Amino acid sequence: MSELVRSLRSFTAARIGLQAAGQSLATREVLQLAQDHALARDAVHATFDTEPLQTALAAMGHPVQSVKSLAADRATYLRRPDFGRQLGAEDAATLSASQLPGSPQPAVVVVIADGLSAAAPGAHALPLIRELAALSPARWANVPVVLAKQARVALGDAVGVALQAQLVLVLIGERPGMSAHDSLGAYLTYAPQPGRTDAERNCVSNIRPQGLGYAQAAHQLHWLVEQARSRGVTGIELKDESGPAPLHIGAPPANIGA
Amino acid sequence: MAYAHTVAGTNWRFATLRELLAKASPLRSGDLLASVAAGSAAERVAAQCALAEVPLRQFLKEAVVPYEQDDVTRLCIDTHDATAFAPVAHLTVGDFRDWLLGPAADTEVLTALAPGLLPEMVAAVSKLMRLQDLILVARKCSVVTRFRNTIGLPGHLAVRLQPNHPTDDLRGIAAATLDGLLLGSGDAVIGINPAGDDLQTFVGLWQMLDEIIQRYGIPTQSCVLTHVTQQLRGIEAGAPVDLVFQSIGGTEATNVSFGVTLAVLQEAREAALSLGRGTVGNHVMYFETGQGSALSANAHHGVDQQTIEARAYGVARHFQPFLVNSVVGFIGPEYLYDGKQIIRAGLEDHFCGKLLGVPHGVDICHTTHAEADFDDMDALLTLLGTAGVNFIMGIPGADDVMLNYQSTSFHDALYLRELLGLKRAPEFAQWLEGVRLADRDGRVLTATAEHPLLGMMAPRELP
Repeated sequence: MSELVRSLRSFTAARIGLQAAGQSLATREVLQLAQDHALARDAVHATFDTEPLQTALAAMGHPVQSVKSLAADRATYLRRPDFGRQLGAEDAATLSASQLPGSPQPAVVVVIADGLSAAAPGAHALPLIRELAALSPARWANVPVVLAKQARVALGDAVGVALQAQLVLVLIGERPGMSAHDSLGAYLTYAPQPGRTDAERNCVSNIRPQGLGYAQAAHQLHWLVEQARSRGVTGIELKDESGPAPLHIGAPPANIGA
Repeated sequence: MAYAHTVAGTNWRFATLRELLAKASPLRSGDLLASVAAGSAAERVAAQCALAEVPLRQFLKEAVVPYEQDDVTRLCIDTHDATAFAPVAHLTVGDFRDWLLGPAADTEVLTALAPGLLPEMVAAVSKLMRLQDLILVARKCSVVTRFRNTIGLPGHLAVRLQPNHPTDDLRGIAAATLDGLLLGSGDAVIGINPAGDDLQTFVGLWQMLDEIIQRYGIPTQSCVLTHVTQQLRGIEAGAPVDLVFQSIGGTEATNVSFGVTLAVLQEAREAALSLGRGTVGNHVMYFETGQGSALSANAHHGVDQQTIEARAYGVARHFQPFLVNSVVGFIGPEYLYDGKQIIRAGLEDHFCGKLLGVPHGVDICHTTHAEADFDDMDALLTLLGTAGVNFIMGIPGADDVMLNYQSTSFHDALYLRELLGLKRAPEFAQWLEGVRLADRDGRVLTATAEHPLLGMMAPRELP
């Protein structure tokens, strides 16, 4: 029977048709669940290694800086989401100082953050930025990037203020699940400042090759950025009507795990 | 009124009932985050000792959220039944605990008492209870509800079949529904959390579930767990809506953050009742709650999260719900940090709900960023089974591929039935036996490839 139902897995990623032992789950199923849970748990507690990103982004011509939130470690980060939303005073000052007096306000700043899965930005941030740069070099090829550790989405607001950015795009690891432990989320905020609510942001989620592909995600995000700039707003007042990405546009798909 | 107690020579003082309740609450991360928790174990036990001396009548005089500022306080105070309260009106919180554990508090007495209890009284006594007390007293409570079947009878356990899909794909949802039905789940409700937010999607889901239920004569009910206003629009559009769902909280401001008012809930209940779709009863509402939602909405008024949660049941019972579900581990570790905190919270919620007369189920769950795993879920599942929980969730492999969290599986429900001899809702059990998916003892039978139920996957049957 379980084989019969298992054949319906072409319709859903849900774990239907599991093999039983008595009325309980068979050994192979229990071990598969344990494995998927273990990968997600490790992803939550993994350290965000920013160096490879730093090197690659700098080589691509992006101004890159690194910051930390007020959460000193993972245990604090998980208990105190408010700390994860705030920049340390020193980091804020360093960011502000990097913005030369009289220089134009950057249209967009990208924050790449660990969030709840450091594996996600590690795997998907670079291919996504390459895709954006291919889509519109003028907008994205030299966009400033800030790498943020122990960060929540709202840390982008503090970064946006320090760099006086018109828009901040936060690429952040989503909470790992048993089916995917490296989903990247993208949050776009116009006129970032502390106190912005989620209703004032646009979100594109589940960015990964097996979920929302890089090309489609880049298409949506670029559309949202241009619309946000012309309408002066993000959030519930800016509905995503970008539609599907044209098939022939965009960089060739990056290798999974690249 | 000020409260005080001396522990080992230190006199601890608590300015208000609100502060006393918060500091008497067993440790959890959400109360630390809100800066309302006791600062030490000594302060916590001093608060518990002081709380034990507080007369239950005091809760009628001193609201933890001001009457003038909050419609949940007003609802609970204005509908308080003084006659029902009379048998315990002379007791302190500590004496109330003793009385609840004694033989005088039997099922009949507790059922009659429920309208006389305020949520804060129930939360208070729970803070003086260990897990075994929460289990023993909850087990004496019986809250039975009816729509197309009967939920909550002693010795019974129902399961919400939760066939979620990340893109609301109808065949994907049908496949998970089939899996659940073949494993004997779905008597509480077949309830979908949709991923999308447009009415057309919802109508498609309502129609498909209705067709499955009607075609196979399944004595159960469906629900699409979207915002209550969308369900009202669905009813207006003629969609076959069985149960109306809404997330609720224990303060007016929390409910505002969910986009609802008591008036909207009343309107939704009346709309669902007007459809007359129940066959054995007319309980039409399905509520979900969870400790921490008020703090998350910055709407907690300095009250601890467990007391606020009990107040949500004060809201729920006013609308005579079919199901009330505490989604205990979903909110994350900043509110309930680990397995220990989740297990205690699940048993507190179930105890408080049952004592207040709410048909309580629990979504026994965790997220991967909490310090918890499936062993913790098994522990809470087993404890709630012994406590007489009305229903739990059934999800393929306990892995919700839409909401991205870990709950309980169809197989977990079978484990609990086998361990404790718990039966399904009688009407549903009879159907399952009639279509040869379970034997007389309720053990699931292996269906053949020719079983009619498999016809639900045929494309022509989907709207």
